[in-house]
Amino acid sequence: MANGGADKAAPPAGSSGIGFESVTVAYRGNAVLRDLTLTVEPGEILAIIGPSGSGKTTALRAVAGFVRPTQGRIRIGQRDVTDLPPHARDLGMVVQNYALFPHMRIEENVAFGLRARRAPEETVRERVKECLRMVGMGDFMGRYPRELSGGQQQRIAIARALAIRPIVLLLDEPLSALDAQIRRNMLEELGQLHRALPELTVLYVTHDQTEALTLADRIAIMRDGRLVAHGPSRALYRNPPNRFTAEFLGRANLLPVRMESLEGGGRHARVRFGDSPLLAEAQAQLRPGASCLLCIRPHDLTLEPRGMNGNVIHARVVSTLWQGDQLSIAVDAEGTTLRLASHPLAEPPRVGDSLHLHFGPEAATLIAEDDR
Amino acid sequence: MTASSTSGKSSAAGSFDLRAFWIAAPLLVLAGCFFYPLSLIVGQAFKNDAGAFSLATMAAVFGSTMFHEAILHTIGIALGASAGCLALGFVLAFVVSFVPFPGAGLLVRLIDTVIALPTFLVALAFTFLYGSAGILNMSLMAAFKLPLPPVDFLYSAWGVILAEVTVYTPFVMRPLLAAFSLIETAQIEVAASLGAGFWRILRQIILPAALPALLAGGSLCLLLTVNEFGIVLFIGAKGVITLPLMIYDKAIQEFDYGTACVIALVNILISVGLYFLYRFALGRVGGNRAGLV
Repeated sequence: MANGGADKAAPPAGSSGIGFESVTVAYRGNAVLRDLTLTVEPGEILAIIGPSGSGKTTALRAVAGFVRPTQGRIRIGQRDVTDLPPHARDLGMVVQNYALFPHMRIEENVAFGLRARRAPEETVRERVKECLRMVGMGDFMGRYPRELSGGQQQRIAIARALAIRPIVLLLDEPLSALDAQIRRNMLEELGQLHRALPELTVLYVTHDQTEALTLADRIAIMRDGRLVAHGPSRALYRNPPNRFTAEFLGRANLLPVRMESLEGGGRHARVRFGDSPLLAEAQAQLRPGASCLLCIRPHDLTLEPRGMNGNVIHARVVSTLWQGDQLSIAVDAEGTTLRLASHPLAEPPRVGDSLHLHFGPEAATLIAEDDR
Repeated sequence: MTASSTSGKSSAAGSFDLRAFWIAAPLLVLAGCFFYPLSLIVGQAFKNDAGAFSLATMAAVFGSTMFHEAILHTIGIALGASAGCLALGFVLAFVVSFVPFPGAGLLVRLIDTVIALPTFLVALAFTFLYGSAGILNMSLMAAFKLPLPPVDFLYSAWGVILAEVTVYTPFVMRPLLAAFSLIETAQIEVAASLGAGFWRILRQIILPAALPALLAGGSLCLLLTVNEFGIVLFIGAKGVITLPLMIYDKAIQEFDYGTACVIALVNILISVGLYFLYRFALGRVGGNRAGLV
């Protein structure tokens, strides 16, 4: 590897994690990010998701150095970067609308960061070619951004961010401006890119739970400026710790239930939904007698029995919706509307039909009722 | 088929006639109010006192030292004032656009108001402020017991330049503010995250985006200052005579219309030349930056 100015400032490998330590950001006394404590491990992709105004972009901008925390510290690796200007943080950043420099050719765009860091021209040329090749845009060096499609421009924005060999890559809704098909392809390409650069720490901000679930090792969910849940993507999806997480991360059926007893050595909880006794995975903080919610994902409900311990709910079909590769069935059970995602059926149920919905205890998560 | 074609043609001919009328009417007004008087000036420049074709007046004007000095003063003051307008306009527009502060909107409206004011008003205000008996000189004389006014730049080319900068800076600011409003903040932020400092961002991101606006505003200033009359007359700077002032002297004070027309012709040629230079420069720059401003 040719050593350029861009490499000289790079911190040692393994020091690329991000740490938020009780970070609060306020504008004119109005806190938009409250007491955020979160760690992004070196080499992992952490997605921050949440609705508009939840503080996710503010968190990213605080890492980039565009907003200064009113309280708390931000670390990148071993360095406290809270007081450092953006250009001294060794970050790559990709934003929603690409932010390519319109008067510069593609190669000048990609070379911008290297030249800003006074890398030798030989290094600049090598690195530009390498990064453009990495994103599949090697043949577009001489073009202007306006001559490229949205997906191509976003690839260039990624190449530009990677050219400086950042220790951390910040992605702020990078796929939001793209149409659905290109977004799916780009998502796969981002995954491949991270597999090619496993030491790169990525902070990915999005409002799209599919992007987060597809790409992230861990997910942090924010609401009203606060972190409401975080953890490994699969665990957070399978066992959401609260109602907001269950509803925001994928679709969820939430059944009001009362916990009756613990079974299987405390591994399972017996709950009652109307007249139906059900078995779910136990939660340490929930004791018998507690009113709570039972979270079941739509695709975990089936029309066929699920083994010995399978749960059954009696329901009546309210509507069916064919969606191409799946059939969405809305049912009414004990006055609660549930959704079932099924593969397309040769003879789909009709409105008014009675159904038995089956699900295993491992697919049912208990959530405290008042915990939103 | 034939009938409908004929009808179509007559309808097209009718709309053509109507279009011709709408073009001819303003052209006639323009010819009567602008091109005809202009042709009289051009014609007079090539005539002698007897009304015959002659280059004698032209030769006399071109050989005159006063005319040479007037051209130098006109171009020097115009260039100096335009450069001042560009520098001040860029700084002010940059601050208003990128350094948020309370009252920025009010400042922009005040700047718009300056555009609406007559140019001599600023010259008059400058006389009250910096003139021999102006506030500044009187205060300094009283404070330091000075026998003579210490500040006398107003009655020189510098005074004219300062007054023109004050009057014409908003003409640079307007297009610059529009250009700056089109620069995405994300571009600046991404540039900063890539390692660019303030000056690099200014030089490589902001200036290229502002270049067409700078050219437009600067050229407008150059055109206006080349032809500026009121400010130069009001300030009455010693030994500073410009082409418009010389035309006024010759035509109104000396009744030498032939000489005035020759000088006016030169003034027109300089203005038209500057305009085409501006169009050429804008075309060259605009080609690479289409869609920026």
